[in-house]
Amino acid sequence: MAILALKTTRRARSTSLESDPALAKSKVSIFFGRLALLIVILITLFPIYWMFRTAFSNNRAMFGEPLNLLPVDFTFGPLRRVLGLSTTAEALAEGGSGASINFAQYMLNSIMTCTLITVLQVTFSAMAAYAFALLNWRGRDKVFSVFLIALMVPGIFTLLPNFILVKDAGLLNTIVGIALPSMFMTPFAIFFLRQFFLGVNRSIIEAAVIDGANLWRIFRTIVVPLAWPQIITLAILQFIQYWNDYLWPFLIGQTEQSKLLTVGLGIFKSQTPQGNPDWAGLMAGALVSAVPIFILLLVFGRRIVGSIQSSGVK
Amino acid sequence: MAVTARKGSQFRAAVLFLIPASIGFVVFFAWPAVRGLFLSFTDYNLLRPPVFVGFENYIKIWSDPVFWNSLRVTLEYVVINVGVQTAAALVLAVLMQRFTRTMVVRGVIMLPYLIANVIVALVWYWLADYNLGIINAALDFFGIHKIGFFGNQNIAMVTIAMVNVWRHLGYTSLLLFAGLQAIPRDVYEAAEVDGAGEWRVFRSVTLPLLRPVLAFVLVVTVVGSFQVFDTIAVTTKGGPVDATRAINYYIYQRAFERLDFGYASALAVILMIILAGVALLQNKLLRANESDLER
Repeated sequence: MAILALKTTRRARSTSLESDPALAKSKVSIFFGRLALLIVILITLFPIYWMFRTAFSNNRAMFGEPLNLLPVDFTFGPLRRVLGLSTTAEALAEGGSGASINFAQYMLNSIMTCTLITVLQVTFSAMAAYAFALLNWRGRDKVFSVFLIALMVPGIFTLLPNFILVKDAGLLNTIVGIALPSMFMTPFAIFFLRQFFLGVNRSIIEAAVIDGANLWRIFRTIVVPLAWPQIITLAILQFIQYWNDYLWPFLIGQTEQSKLLTVGLGIFKSQTPQGNPDWAGLMAGALVSAVPIFILLLVFGRRIVGSIQSSGVK
Repeated sequence: MAVTARKGSQFRAAVLFLIPASIGFVVFFAWPAVRGLFLSFTDYNLLRPPVFVGFENYIKIWSDPVFWNSLRVTLEYVVINVGVQTAAALVLAVLMQRFTRTMVVRGVIMLPYLIANVIVALVWYWLADYNLGIINAALDFFGIHKIGFFGNQNIAMVTIAMVNVWRHLGYTSLLLFAGLQAIPRDVYEAAEVDGAGEWRVFRSVTLPLLRPVLAFVLVVTVVGSFQVFDTIAVTTKGGPVDATRAINYYIYQRAFERLDFGYASALAVILMIILAGVALLQNKLLRANESDLER
C-alpha cells in the first residue's frame, strides 16, 4: 500500500516535470546539463569528503601518500586528540603536536553561547516585530525605519566601540560578553518576522481584543503559534550564523572557558608547527565544529533552502 | 472616545514590547556608531582617554601607502570573487531550472555556505598546501609545476577569492534560482514554439527577466565581499608581503595589533562611506527595482 502510494506520487511528480516548460526537452542537452550538475556536486562535496578522509588518517603515515583517496592507516586518533581524550605520548606517536586542545570544551562553549543569543534575540525580536506589524501607535513606521538603518552599518564599524564597551564592562573572556551585542535584537530578525506578522489576519486579533484578551496574551497565544514555522526557521538561521562567526568571539573570548569552536580552530592552526603541521588533527577539529551544522541541514534542510529561496524573491 | 482609548493603550503596549529590542538598538548599534565616528577624530590606544585631534587620522590615511594598497587588493578580491561567483551561480541556477527538480541538488550545493568561513579556509588551505595538499600532489603527478596557492604573492588573493566562491556559489545560485522560478512559464512556451535554442532562451528570455533579482544579489554580494576577513585571518594573515591585507584586515591590525583605535575607527568610517557609495551606485546602474516584465 505504502509502496503504491509512493509510486503514484512519483508518477504525479514526473508528469508535472514534463509539463513544466522551463525544463529542457532535447535528450542531448539534458545529458550535458545533468553532467554539468554532477560536476558541480562533485566539486562541492570533494573538499568536505577530504576533511573526513584526513580526520581519520594517521598524520605520520599520511605524508607518504598524499594522493591516497582513502583514509591513510584509518584511526580515531585525531578525533581523540582534539577532544582531549588521548595522552601526549599517543598524540605524538600519530604525528600530533602534543599541544593540549579541547574541542569538547569549545563545543560546550559554542552551544551555550549560540543558544543564549538565539533564544533571547528571537524572543525580543518577535516582540518588537509584533509592535511594528500589528499594534497601532503613532510614529510606528518612522521608528521601524530607524531600526532598519542599522542593517546598513558594516559590522567592523560598530565592532570597535562594542569591544571597548564589553571590555569596560569587565566582560572580556565571558560567554555573556560574546552574546551581549546580538542577544537583544538584530535588524534582520525584526525585519524577517515583521514580514510574516503582517500576514496575520487582523480580524482574529480584533475579535480577541473585543473578547477582553490583553495584547501580551494575543501575542503569546495567537501570533506566535501562527508564525511558529517562521520563528523556528529564523532561529536556525541565526544559530548557524553565530556558530560560524569568528572575529567577534575571537576578540572577546580567549580563555578555555570562553573560546568558541571557530576560535579554537584558528588558534590550533596558528600553533601547529609550520614545518610539520598536524593536518589530521586540524581536520578532525574542523569536522567536530561542522558536524552540528551537518545535522541541522539533515533535519531542517528543506526549511533552510526554502527560506533562502524566498529571501531572493521578496 | 473608545477608539482613542484603545490607541492609547496600544501605544503603551508597543513601548513595553519594544523595550528589549530598543536597549539592543541604542546600546549596541546607535551608540557605538556615534562613538565610532567620534573616535575617528581622536588619538586613542585604550589605555589613556581619547585625545581629540581633528582630521589628523584622515590626513594620515590619505598618505598611508598601506591603506591604498589594502584598498587595491580589496578591489581585486571583490572583482574576482563577485565576478566569478555571479557568473558561475547564474549558470548553475539555469542548470537547476532546466534540468532538475530535485531538492537534493539544492541541499548539497547549500552545504558550503552553512560551514564556517574558518573551516572552509582551513580545508582549502590543506587541499592547496604546497608540500602535501592533494591539488599540488596531483599537479606533481601529472608533471606540472606545483603552485604556491597561498604562498605566492601574485596568486594568494586569487586563491582566497576562489575559496569564497566555492563557499558562496550555492547560496548565490539559490537566490538566482528563486528569481528564475518567478519568471512566468508561458514565456518559455513561446520561446519553444519559436524554436529558440538553449543559448537564445537564456539571452533573450531568462537574463532580461532576471535583472531585478540579479541586481539585489550583486548589491548584497559586493557589500559582503568588501568585508572579507575570516579567510585571510586563518590563512595568509595579510601576506605574503601585503598581497592579501584587505581593508577589514588592516582595520583589525591597526586596532588590535597596534592599539591605534582612533586610526582604525577612521578607516572604518571610510569603509562605510565606500560601501554606501557602492550600494547607491549599483542601485542606480542596475535600476534594481524595475523589471523588464512590467515595461
